[in-house]
Amino acid sequence: MTGMQVIFLISAVVILFSGTMMVSTRKLIQAALWLILTLFGVAVIFALLETSFLAIVQVVVYIGAIAILIVFAIMLTHLAVDDTYQNRKWIVTAVIAMIALAGILLAIFTWPQGATLTAPLPGGQQDIRAIGLALLDPEGYLIPFEISSLLLLAALVGSIYIGLERKGETK
Amino acid sequence: MPHEWLYLLIFLVISLFIPAFAIGMAALLSPKKPSPLKNSIYECGIETVGSSRIQFKAQYYLYALLFLVFDVETVFLYPFAVAYNQVLFFGVVEVVLFVLILAAGLAYAWRAGALEWV
Amino acid sequence: MSFIADPVTFIINWLSSVLSGWGIADMWVQFIMFVLGAGILAFGAMIFTIGLIWVERKLGGRVQDRIGPNRVGPWGIFQTIADMLKIFTKELITPTGADSTLFNLAPILAMASVLGLWAVIPLSPTVFGTNIDVGILYLIGVGALGELGIILAGLSSNNKYALVGGFRAVAQLISYEVPFAIALLIPVMFSGSMGLNDIVASQKVAFIFQAPVAALVFFIASIAENGRAPFDLIEADSEIVAGFNIEYSGLKFGMYYVADFLHAFTSAMIFASLFLGGWRGPGAELYPILGFVYLFIKTAAVYLLTVTIRFTVPRLRIDQMMAFNWKYLTPLALATLLVTAIVDKAAPAGQGLIRILLLWAANAALFFVTDRIVTIFRRNREKERKVVSEPRPVPIAVRPLPASESEVNS
Repeated sequence: MTGMQVIFLISAVVILFSGTMMVSTRKLIQAALWLILTLFGVAVIFALLETSFLAIVQVVVYIGAIAILIVFAIMLTHLAVDDTYQNRKWIVTAVIAMIALAGILLAIFTWPQGATLTAPLPGGQQDIRAIGLALLDPEGYLIPFEISSLLLLAALVGSIYIGLERKGETK
Repeated sequence: MPHEWLYLLIFLVISLFIPAFAIGMAALLSPKKPSPLKNSIYECGIETVGSSRIQFKAQYYLYALLFLVFDVETVFLYPFAVAYNQVLFFGVVEVVLFVLILAAGLAYAWRAGALEWV
Repeated sequence: MSFIADPVTFIINWLSSVLSGWGIADMWVQFIMFVLGAGILAFGAMIFTIGLIWVERKLGGRVQDRIGPNRVGPWGIFQTIADMLKIFTKELITPTGADSTLFNLAPILAMASVLGLWAVIPLSPTVFGTNIDVGILYLIGVGALGELGIILAGLSSNNKYALVGGFRAVAQLISYEVPFAIALLIPVMFSGSMGLNDIVASQKVAFIFQAPVAALVFFIASIAENGRAPFDLIEADSEIVAGFNIEYSGLKFGMYYVADFLHAFTSAMIFASLFLGGWRGPGAELYPILGFVYLFIKTAAVYLLTVTIRFTVPRLRIDQMMAFNWKYLTPLALATLLVTAIVDKAAPAGQGLIRILLLWAANAALFFVTDRIVTIFRRNREKERKVVSEPRPVPIAVRPLPASESEVNS
């Protein structure tokens, strides 16, 4: 059992355990914290796959921004005051999730490219440089790059418009 | 896995252990005499009034949101920065457009008063 | 000769050969070397903080026209050890209703996030923790870990003041991460790599001469990320009632302050590596130990500047801090990024003198334009300041009234 397999097993166990705890815990704040542990496990898996940029972006964006946003959003709602939250129909949700998981696994195992090994990446700065050049290439991903900036602008403007309490308006 | 990330993982685990070990040692060395008065919550010297949750200002959420948008934008800009030496001038123009669109978002937030600390 | 020139690599090679000589497999040898190296680096950083606290207190004392600690040991150098002994034996009180797992985890996370920074900084041409190829983003990522610690402290203390203090602290820290991250793009652009080793190795001319405005933005943002004066509203002594660590006692409380002092030095080291050239200096490649000395000198200079600023400048209010960040520093950082990107592409290739002069001119123009805009804004705001109401007649008039009553009352 090589070291990589050991680390993969440990991080897989961590991800599954914290994912289960996240959906089954009663307190919302604890759910947010288990989510952070799950995201950290996913970052470790990314690092195992030698995509260091994605691993570190996972930590910076997901844990550093989105998890904090989720904690703030939980505090904003009244559910944080009354800490317990029960979903009585959790069996239905579990069955639906199992069906979805079965569908995804079926799709992965019947995908013809799924069985071929991908070429190993050169690693290091050439990967990130390749991402950068591809993002700016007109035949590459330039249009999605600019559209993503428009998407971010739309998200920003929309949420500020909704979230801001304007003076003179009663809610 | 490249050995660098393994070192990083080991380093993070060790840097979690060292303060934990120090606090553990302090827990051994320190006296333990809990009393209801010592364990009560601090509220400027008076008894605590009300629950310990407060009405949360929406302003915090707007700051977190603004940070999220700019963080994602910065993460998009990092591959460009790494590839900067091989990018043509047209690429720089594209990135200028990207940044200007998001700067327009910041200007909107400024004018709408979302940046005021209420 | 090789031992004097590069002691650390010599010891590492010797130890690896000893371990392999005992018949241990290669993979395990490397693992043991990793654990030893990481342990020594992290532990050394923590022990180094003891001297650092003494330096800061002495320097602060001199700035404030007093001597500083001078009782315990010659020039008071054992003062920190005495304080450490005291704080180790203070009772660790957990308040009622506090979530004890998170309550204990928060100071550990705060300290771990600062120690984790030491893993990627190149201390000399051959001595560094690890050379991951995304070192810059890693610096931002461990900052996120520290913020998590603060939110946990506020949430788990079961105290509404800690909660408010925690949220304000996190709001300040995440706001200042934006110019921090944007200003870090400039060294990456110049060197074409996100790894700190490559950035230091490619600074034939230190980056502060090529991008002074970016260096300034990064310096200010890193002081604010640290929570030091003038941005120290979150854990200042007189604000402590609204701080996130009011329910902590004993070493848990001390851990936050140790993390604070160590973070100041580490930020200075990062600034010295990214903008001042790190371990570069005459003869550093031949004798790597000299590289460590150069880095230490540059870091000490930046650190002394930080400490002097701390004891000189008054504290900013939270709304002034946020306004400064979102209305001044972030637009300035974005403008610097755009100007540097355009000018560097337009300049002739190679690190010639012309390119550096062009960048200097662009940065000076940017600074000048920003200064003009801010002055015009401030002048307009002063003109618009209206008198809100008529001044009340003051009953006593034993002192001469100032010339314009409205200026006193507004």
